Amino acid sequence: MIVAERKPFDEIKGMVAGYKKVLTIGCGTCVAVCLAGGSKEVETLNAELKLNFGRDKIEFGSKTLERQCDMEFLEELDEIAGDYDAFVSMACGAGIQFLAERFPDKPVFPAVDTSFIGVNLDVGWYEEKCRACGSCVLGLTGGICPVTMCAKSLFNGPCGGTNNGSCEINKDQPCAWFKIYERLAAQGRLDQIKEISPPNDWRNQIPRKIIQPGYEERVKALG
Amino acid sequence: MKSGSNLEKILKAGHFAFTGEVGPPRGADVEALKKKISFLKGNVDMANVTDNQTAMVRMSSWAASLICLEQGLEPNFQMVCRDRNRLAMQSDILGAYAHGIRNMLCLSGDHQQFGDHPQAKGVFDIDSMQLLGMAKKMRDEGKFLGGADIDVAPKLFLGAAANPFAEPFEWRVHRLAKKVNAGADFIQTQCVYNMAKIREWIRQANDMGLTEKVAILPGITPMKSVGMAKYMKNKVPGMDVPDEIIKRLQGVDKKKVADEGIKIACEQIAEFKEMKGVSGVHLMAIEWEHRVPEIAERAGMLPRPEV
Ligand code: SF4
Ligand code: SF4
Repeated sequence: MIVAERKPFDEIKGMVAGYKKVLTIGCGTCVAVCLAGGSKEVETLNAELKLNFGRDKIEFGSKTLERQCDMEFLEELDEIAGDYDAFVSMACGAGIQFLAERFPDKPVFPAVDTSFIGVNLDVGWYEEKCRACGSCVLGLTGGICPVTMCAKSLFNGPCGGTNNGSCEINKDQPCAWFKIYERLAAQGRLDQIKEISPPNDWRNQIPRKIIQPGYEERVKALG
Repeated sequence: MKSGSNLEKILKAGHFAFTGEVGPPRGADVEALKKKISFLKGNVDMANVTDNQTAMVRMSSWAASLICLEQGLEPNFQMVCRDRNRLAMQSDILGAYAHGIRNMLCLSGDHQQFGDHPQAKGVFDIDSMQLLGMAKKMRDEGKFLGGADIDVAPKLFLGAAANPFAEPFEWRVHRLAKKVNAGADFIQTQCVYNMAKIREWIRQANDMGLTEKVAILPGITPMKSVGMAKYMKNKVPGMDVPDEIIKRLQGVDKKKVADEGIKIACEQIAEFKEMKGVSGVHLMAIEWEHRVPEIAERAGMLPRPEV
């Protein structure tokens, strides 16, 4: 899932100051799971905002959509959008942009910092796992991502700083290449990393679009 | 000859190579740099010129390399993957070669978090292994990484680093093999203090036939003080300092610790001179350049052969 963190209150406060009616919009998918921007977090934020600004200065509304990265759900806002002069979105960066695209006249402010694609380690505890490089090498590296989990994104690690299983950046951070070695050694697949991995084809350097097979015609028709 | 560098000629002639290191200044202090160079000139076959070492901004390694050249000391232009993408790397390789630089050392680089700009975006477009391969392709095939032809190819003698001590130890020799396959002509190792471990690593490299393909130069850094030894042991990632070294330094009169450090270094060099599979040593007398002439003398490395 996409993991986000709520912005510091003062930063959010600074963005909405000066507006009269503000709608805080949550998202019921990734950011709800990671406890950053679901309906509960919308209510908490609004309560804080109301308390801070006082009831008469700014009026805060709330709404949580199933997904902000989908026009089908954004449509639900069409009727009420006109009642507000600004939006605060608690969705990930993708959701926020899609919201802004649906309502191009409306100032839209992010209430979260979108942090990474990651996993649930425990309630409230998440770890980054993927940088969406666009050419996945997990098959070669024992299911451990060298781009994300190695601090230098090395494809032929470990580097000279590897420190008894820890990364040179920090004793608490495991060295990705130490783990890759251990996992492949245990599986008898070390031969895979004896070959040199060639320079990566970084496919995340331009804005990307994907059309799944079979949908080309449909996309063409949509223009 | 791949490059015709002094180091390459020394190795080809079968001499035991002796290389040094110069850290560029934290500014444009050319006089300070020239002073460091003067201690190394004539006492080593070539000197590594570090590239924003420990992720601290310094005079660029190619520019400081040119000053070395001008002063009559052959440079080993270090290049890290942290600060440049593949375009900048290739253009710097061409520029360095055009100005007479003939050796290059390919490194990943310390993580930017350690340095004076921890907020920087690390580049790491390619890694040190891929950098070696790219520089070799430029030299041997006359082609850029992207495949296009180079008009005049940069003929550099290519080096890489190795850390024979880091865990998993069993993997170290295979990683060396990868660097040899990628294009390393010579290898300079992490500072050696654990002789037992490096003997074993060299033995493995001999058994795999690697030492016939690559010149291995173990790294030597004399300990200046007990504090330095403890710091290296406890604080520097990837460093292996056995307790005996610290005990030995603690066992001598306070004023004699640095001298004992040099003595240990000389003993190591003497052993490496006789060790099958070792082609020389790399002396990293960090901020101790003025002692290089003495160390070289005491280690029996002088005079350096003319080739
Ligand atoms: S290799 Fe690329 S796509 Fe695969 S997990 Fe890592 S960053 Fe994600
Ligand atoms: S220590 Fe390991 S994880 Fe950290 S940068 Fe080096 S290879 Fe990558």
